[in-house]
Amino acid sequence: MKRVFPILAILTAILLWYAMSIALNPEIHIGGITLNGAPTEQTMGNVQRIFYYHVPSAWIAFILFFINFFASIYYLIRRSQAADIVALVCAEVGVVFCTVVLITGPIWARPVWGIWWTWDMRLTSTLVLWLIYMSYLFLRRFSSSGQTPLMAAVLAVFGALCVPFVYFSIWFFRTQHPQPVMGGGGSIDPRMLHVLLLNWLAFSCFAFLVCWWRYRLEVLQREVDRAHAMRSLMDEPNQLRSAR
Amino acid sequence: MNHVPGSSGGVPTAGGQEIGVSLQPQKIVRGLTRATLLKDLRLEWRSKDAINSMLFFSLLVVVVFSFSFDPSAEESRQIAGGLIWVAFLFASVVALNQTWARELRNQVLDAYRVSPAPANSLFMAKTLGNFVFVSVLEALMTPLFIAFYRLRPLGPAWQLLLVAALGTWALVVNGTFFAAMSIRTRSREIMLPLLLFPISIPAILAMVQATTSILNGEGARFWIVLLVTYDLVFTTSCLLLFENVLNAE
Repeated sequence: MKRVFPILAILTAILLWYAMSIALNPEIHIGGITLNGAPTEQTMGNVQRIFYYHVPSAWIAFILFFINFFASIYYLIRRSQAADIVALVCAEVGVVFCTVVLITGPIWARPVWGIWWTWDMRLTSTLVLWLIYMSYLFLRRFSSSGQTPLMAAVLAVFGALCVPFVYFSIWFFRTQHPQPVMGGGGSIDPRMLHVLLLNWLAFSCFAFLVCWWRYRLEVLQREVDRAHAMRSLMDEPNQLRSAR
Repeated sequence: MNHVPGSSGGVPTAGGQEIGVSLQPQKIVRGLTRATLLKDLRLEWRSKDAINSMLFFSLLVVVVFSFSFDPSAEESRQIAGGLIWVAFLFASVVALNQTWARELRNQVLDAYRVSPAPANSLFMAKTLGNFVFVSVLEALMTPLFIAFYRLRPLGPAWQLLLVAALGTWALVVNGTFFAAMSIRTRSREIMLPLLLFPISIPAILAMVQATTSILNGEGARFWIVLLVTYDLVFTTSCLLLFENVLNAE
């Protein structure tokens, strides 16, 4: 497994580079070959290209939060340590991607809508989701007992239960007071869709690699902690003897 | 949960049943809940710690808001729902933080853990106790609020009672649960709002919107239904998961 990682990393880097170049240029030239990239959007211009980072990040964040939910339920049933680490890793990487969504969103919205932020349904629910998972990470950090995994799993279940409520409440809230901000919707150019899916694939590979690496790191960290605990237990009789 | 007949020594037996004869689980749960609830209420009645600090705290919030906005009657109808619930939300955290901290002294919580008493009866008692405290707070603060902000509801006022009960339950049920979780963390008093507020956002939105709609004479049916669903879902999940949290070492 260790040997596969560098190969996968290089492949992902190439994929990311390719996805980025077709997302940022209408045409790219490699050697003598000309490849079609994403066309420039008619009304928004080049600003629209942030779309290829914004949307894939959102999808990946949601997928990771979903995995976190199922891993937490699995942990509550089976108490498996692997499920706990998977939940932790997915929450951490998911929060990073969700942060990317929340940062790229306003950067895109400012020139297009004329405002940085609106309390629209999707924006608000993403923000609340981010808040819930931030509190999850806070709990992980501040919990002192050995039952952190259990507490975190319980909180993850509560957070996931909360999501439909957030969605419905904000949906009704905003349909009561409509805001003529959300434009767009409708169809998408097939070339744009192609670039979007390719970017999504590239970022998914990247997210997978980060998760994998973080998983191994966490496993090692726990082994080190356990070894430290064992050593202090073993050392205790010796220290007592030398003290005497 | 194991209900061993005869092992529930101090349990008040409902209906004059003899201990040792098979006690029905519901009766044990009910009896334990009542005993714990009465104990908490008596403690609070004698010390008045939680209620006094909550009252003073929400009074401060109301006065500060009143200074900083100085609204007209029409404006206050628009913002009062938000203000009053924010005041109650912050004040209820004071009571919620004390819920379990009280049981840590003399290892009462550990004693509870090793006893065969069902965990959910303890949880229900604590939740009901907090519900009573926060309701008393609301009953005392609302007249003051009406006087300060010159409120006069345009919609049916009895619905406000319903919204208050449902909203308080939503805050208190999750708050009691997360308070039990946060006593196991470092800096536990900061941890409770960090856990509770994000999960409570839909409930808070529903309470505020329902109150504002009723004050303005609009329908609040959607929000009341949302609150009922929220209460049902989260009460069920709290009851399902509380035993795990209580027994976590």
